[in-house]
Amino acid sequence: MTGPQSSPPPLAWRLRAAMFTRLFAIQGSWNYESMLGNGIGFAAEPALRALPGGRGGTAYRVALARESDYFNAHPYLASVAVGALVRAELDGQPPAHIERFRNAMCGPLGSLGDRLVWAGWLPLTALIALLAYGMGAGPLTVMLLFLVLYNIGHVGLRAWGIHNGWHGGLRVAAVLGHPVLRQAPLYIGRAVLFLLGAVLPLVIRRVLASAGDAPIVAGHGSSGGITAAIAALVGAVVLSGIFVRLHGRVEGWRAAIVALAALILYSMAR
Amino acid sequence: MAPALLAPVLLGALIGLDVVSFPQIMISRPIVAATLAGAVAGDIAAGLLAGAVLELMAMETLPVGASRYPEWGTAAVVAGTLAAVRAEPRSGALVVAVFAGIATAWAGGWSMYALRRLNGIWAERMQPALEAGSWRAVVGLQLRGLTADLVRAALLTLVALVIWRPVDAWLLSRWSLDLVVSHSILVAIAAAAAASAIWRLGHGATGARWYLLGGLAAGVVFAVLQ
Repeated sequence: MTGPQSSPPPLAWRLRAAMFTRLFAIQGSWNYESMLGNGIGFAAEPALRALPGGRGGTAYRVALARESDYFNAHPYLASVAVGALVRAELDGQPPAHIERFRNAMCGPLGSLGDRLVWAGWLPLTALIALLAYGMGAGPLTVMLLFLVLYNIGHVGLRAWGIHNGWHGGLRVAAVLGHPVLRQAPLYIGRAVLFLLGAVLPLVIRRVLASAGDAPIVAGHGSSGGITAAIAALVGAVVLSGIFVRLHGRVEGWRAAIVALAALILYSMAR
Repeated sequence: MAPALLAPVLLGALIGLDVVSFPQIMISRPIVAATLAGAVAGDIAAGLLAGAVLELMAMETLPVGASRYPEWGTAAVVAGTLAAVRAEPRSGALVVAVFAGIATAWAGGWSMYALRRLNGIWAERMQPALEAGSWRAVVGLQLRGLTADLVRAALLTLVALVIWRPVDAWLLSRWSLDLVVSHSILVAIAAAAAASAIWRLGHGATGARWYLLGGLAAGVVFAVLQ
């Protein structure tokens, strides 16, 4: 499709830093028509100034218009596209090749990012924070544990993406087949299931402890507290089965809001 | 604006911005946002409690691209603030705070949909300049969207708190259920929402049932022995 990608042309550190910073605002003007398109142009813009004629030159304007057109991807993995597209523009790749690359990358960058981050890394780190909460950690520990863990993956993925995009250019697609990226969602998924199981009894115990009746704490819990904790855990298991069966018809949070409304009404009416 | 509302509204604005627009470092996750709101309102532990329950609920929805989903960031600020304004644990306070949070999350989802439509209108109006490769148009559109999202989140937090503070007080004055019973039912519902969401994500994996049961056994043993 494209010629061999040699080593990338030099790009000032300042421009790279500007691109990386702008990646964090890549969804700033997200809309249903061009989706992430303007964000791609926004993130790529500092590097496009290196084109002949500089900012405002014909090459710059044509490239910026092209990069601001429709694009869709996971916001973190869009960094791969930004790096690759900037490299292609600065290398002077034919517009048809760049357009084809943009069209081809939308699907893979979206689905991989959704599986890796939204369905993997985010639940994993949230469950680790909830586990810490269930084990008695304080507010600052819980918050910082989640934020640090999550953002090691988040910031690291954006940095990895722009680095590999820049170095791989239009041939960067091969990087997305890396075994770590393909296998990680599988292993994270198993860890998430295990953590979920561990989190449920511990969080239930701590929430009930906040009611002033610490249940299932050896030697301290009252029989009422223990009963409440067991009832909550069994109730959660039964309800989750119902929520799973309702999937496709009612989302869990919608069912939850109805159940809570019923609870509030019952408490007021009785 | 009443001084008591200023701090949570500013926090809600920043946290609402984090949900999608900038910088998505996940200060908008309920376990962080509600805890911060609790700290601002004077009871960080109450904020964390509301945040943990909402975090379980939020496992249900993934912020996937074009889908419309509840906005848990400002929702958690509202829930954390309401949970923290009570000086001491009060029966029903957590239930009502979480309920207000979910209702705000639902409204927040609609406000994000409206913002995205607005961004689309602005982009369409600026289409000639965008097609001409104007950097002012590209940067301007981005900054306009970011600012609008900040304002959206601030207004949502303000409106939600103005509505929910008196409603919260009214509901709690009539609350009759015991504190432990209220918390038991609430946490069971939240845990069920999380469990069903995670199970749907991971049930296809080999041995999924055993990973879940293994974790459950470990959690129960730890809870009993700790």
